[in-house]
Amino acid sequence: MEAFLHQLLSGLANGGIYASIGLALVMIYQATHHINFAQGEQGMFSAYVALVLVQAGFPYWAAFLLALAFGFVTGVAIERVIIRPFEQAPVLSVVVVFLGLLFIINSLAGWLFTYNVQAFPSPFPPGLGSRYLSAHEIGMIGVTLGTLLLIYLFFRFTPLGLAMRAAAQNPDASRLVGIRVGWMLALGWGLAGAIGAIAAIMAAPIVYIEPNMMAGILLYGFAAALLGGINNPWGAAAGGFIVGVIENLAGAYVVGTELKLSVALVIIIVVLVTRPAGLFGYTIMTRV
Amino acid sequence: MALAHDGVPETLGKTSAGVAARLLPLVAIVALLVLACLVPFVASSYRLLQLTTVVIYSIALLGLNILTGYNGQISLGHGAFFAIGAYTTAILLERTGIPYWATIPIAGVICLLVGFLFGLPALRLEGHYLALSTFALAVATPQLLKFRLLEPWTGGVQGTYVPGFKAPFGLPLAWDQWLYLLSLAFAIVLFVLARNLLRSNTGTAIIAIRDHPIAAASMGINISLYKSLTFGVSAMYTGIAGALGALVAQFVSPDSFSIFVSLGFLVGSVIGGVASISGAVFGAFFIEFIPNFADQISKAATWAVYGSFLIAFMYLMPTGVAGFLARIWKRLRPLRATC
Amino acid sequence: MTALLELHELGVAYGQIPVIHKLSLVVEHGGITALLGANGAGKTTLLRAICNMRVRNSGAILFEGRRIETWQTEDIVRLGIAHVPDGRGTFVHLTVEENLTLGAYTRRDRATVAQDFERVYTYFPRLRERAQQQAGTLSGGEQQMLAIARALMLRPKLLLLDEPSFGLAPLVVQEIFRILRRINDDENVSMLLVEQNASLALALATHVYLLETGRVVMDGPASIVSDNAAMRRAYLGY
Repeated sequence: MEAFLHQLLSGLANGGIYASIGLALVMIYQATHHINFAQGEQGMFSAYVALVLVQAGFPYWAAFLLALAFGFVTGVAIERVIIRPFEQAPVLSVVVVFLGLLFIINSLAGWLFTYNVQAFPSPFPPGLGSRYLSAHEIGMIGVTLGTLLLIYLFFRFTPLGLAMRAAAQNPDASRLVGIRVGWMLALGWGLAGAIGAIAAIMAAPIVYIEPNMMAGILLYGFAAALLGGINNPWGAAAGGFIVGVIENLAGAYVVGTELKLSVALVIIIVVLVTRPAGLFGYTIMTRV
Repeated sequence: MALAHDGVPETLGKTSAGVAARLLPLVAIVALLVLACLVPFVASSYRLLQLTTVVIYSIALLGLNILTGYNGQISLGHGAFFAIGAYTTAILLERTGIPYWATIPIAGVICLLVGFLFGLPALRLEGHYLALSTFALAVATPQLLKFRLLEPWTGGVQGTYVPGFKAPFGLPLAWDQWLYLLSLAFAIVLFVLARNLLRSNTGTAIIAIRDHPIAAASMGINISLYKSLTFGVSAMYTGIAGALGALVAQFVSPDSFSIFVSLGFLVGSVIGGVASISGAVFGAFFIEFIPNFADQISKAATWAVYGSFLIAFMYLMPTGVAGFLARIWKRLRPLRATC
Repeated sequence: MTALLELHELGVAYGQIPVIHKLSLVVEHGGITALLGANGAGKTTLLRAICNMRVRNSGAILFEGRRIETWQTEDIVRLGIAHVPDGRGTFVHLTVEENLTLGAYTRRDRATVAQDFERVYTYFPRLRERAQQQAGTLSGGEQQMLAIARALMLRPKLLLLDEPSFGLAPLVVQEIFRILRRINDDENVSMLLVEQNASLALALATHVYLLETGRVVMDGPASIVSDNAAMRRAYLGY
């Protein structure tokens, strides 16, 4: 029973990470109908920025915030400079561009920071830990839940958040009320970049930081987004927690830890084949 | 002016210039093939290995082109079929008495089936969703290969060796020379088959599904069947390439089939020209030789180059090298006819 | 005094395909101009051109004497031109209240925005009842009201309406047109109205233009056009 509880809670802790990535993916998908394959790499790079700052003597939370800002700004820049020209391009071109971005960011990180696996600091005092969860896991849940809450409040109650939602749903009508849709898009990418940075920085102490650290997490983020509903950001967040729990339980009791990644694969395929709208999403009818 | 089938004005078709315009590509291909056959006798052992790999990659890329370029289904997971082909050969040679050359078609058939079965649920997915599913497949492949229960067959994490062999009929060829010619032979057959398939009615249906799926369906084309079949054929090609690859490397292990193999195939396909047959060859050269140069600069350089090229190509040359050359050829055509 | 909106020899194309040819048109301050014509005459295109949405313009569009044919849509809106597009353009996944809030997105005067909510709910009481409902769950008539209400939240000087009667029951249409008349009377909002329902449009408008394949074939004061039986029969079919 204890072991089970531990796996469950641990799964929720991981789920917070997947929920964040899932949310970032859905935000971009809602606005552009594209899946950002490079989301993980953006987060990873921001995590490295945090590491460099900490190693240079910055206090942890200052480094955290600066890395966040870095993630935000680079998100905006990537959208404006690299993604913008391909707005109307066919799907294959867009996927290829995202992959190209993934490669470039990944290589840049490898070149600048080496491929060596490094430890990453955790800001949470060990006393925070309990029987079932380590201090960092508890802190992780707190930070990710806090992030999700802030984002929710932003979208729900601020004029800018409302404008961004509108721009994602109906760009033409948004223009007609004066919303600058292009900048809303860039802002969305910036936010997604910041969220990705938080996810990576929280995950790094557990999975250790190296350029390929986010590949598996990205996959779980995809699974979360699909499970929750690719057009429902809060469904994606809920999906993240569910995926985290499934991953841990399946890993402990069914397939063993080596095969955990295939759990993500199975979730993705099962969702896409049986209920593509996900648990909380809705199907979009296209008129023929 | 009426145009004959390949764009050469009909009235000129009968002239020597028109005949030359039509025969030139054919002559070029034959010349290239002759050169290709001479390679094992003039190249160093190292170069020969590289060129064998190019031939194998071009088969794999052709499979991907058929699926993505001609049928419009994005696959980021073809490394999985490469792995299945490779492991089929390795396991058959280890466990059974089947001769090495027979394992190649068997690998092809198995991949055809697996590809078809994967295609059945996947055909409901479009664009990004399909890319996502195949991406997940590619990431999961090394883990699946390491699976403990399959270890007696796959050799687990360490992998398994693939025995070598001698050239048949006592031909005076070294093992690697023979393997090059064997791969080349398979490549030629498969390329011709692909060309014929794509020019046939089936090929037209496959392309129609890419361009106008709804119109194709309303004309009675069974979209599901064709899409799954195309997936199967595409997997077959890449599986055969994988089998040949195993024979060349003489070794298979899970980590040699990481996500980067699949992504590398996509890069080669896109650079070469995703909706072309010749593009597979250009792409194969690209993904075989770029890492050689790039690795000398730094470990990270290969994928930085890949990434930059991908974005640059999407911007400047979306139809890849093959498409670019085809455009140039078309521009030069009117000049050829008058000289 | 210059007119509120003037089109001089306007040419509009979608890409390479020209749809409107050398069209000239005027909307006076406080006036209601109706744009009539069959399907495909270019009426919707004309409204899109004024907002510079997805079209290529040549010629001149003057709003309060200022040339705006190359301006971005978002900036044109800020001049006080509110466009109620065909298909209504409501944000179907947002609530009625959120839709109205967005209508006032570009305004800086927070206090008066609150007043405008009241005003708009007075014109369209049904919207007040449904304020927290998702816009997509409203009936066709209510969505049309929402679209107009949202446009009013801009405090526009000029209201562009694209076929407000489309797909609506006659009683609902009458109610909407009554409200449009009220808005024009009470607040002096000028309107450019595209309609297929000629009699409705003529009853509301002060001036009428008839479009055929991208050209004006007839224009004049609404009263003269509707009184002249021969003209009506020749151009409007009744």
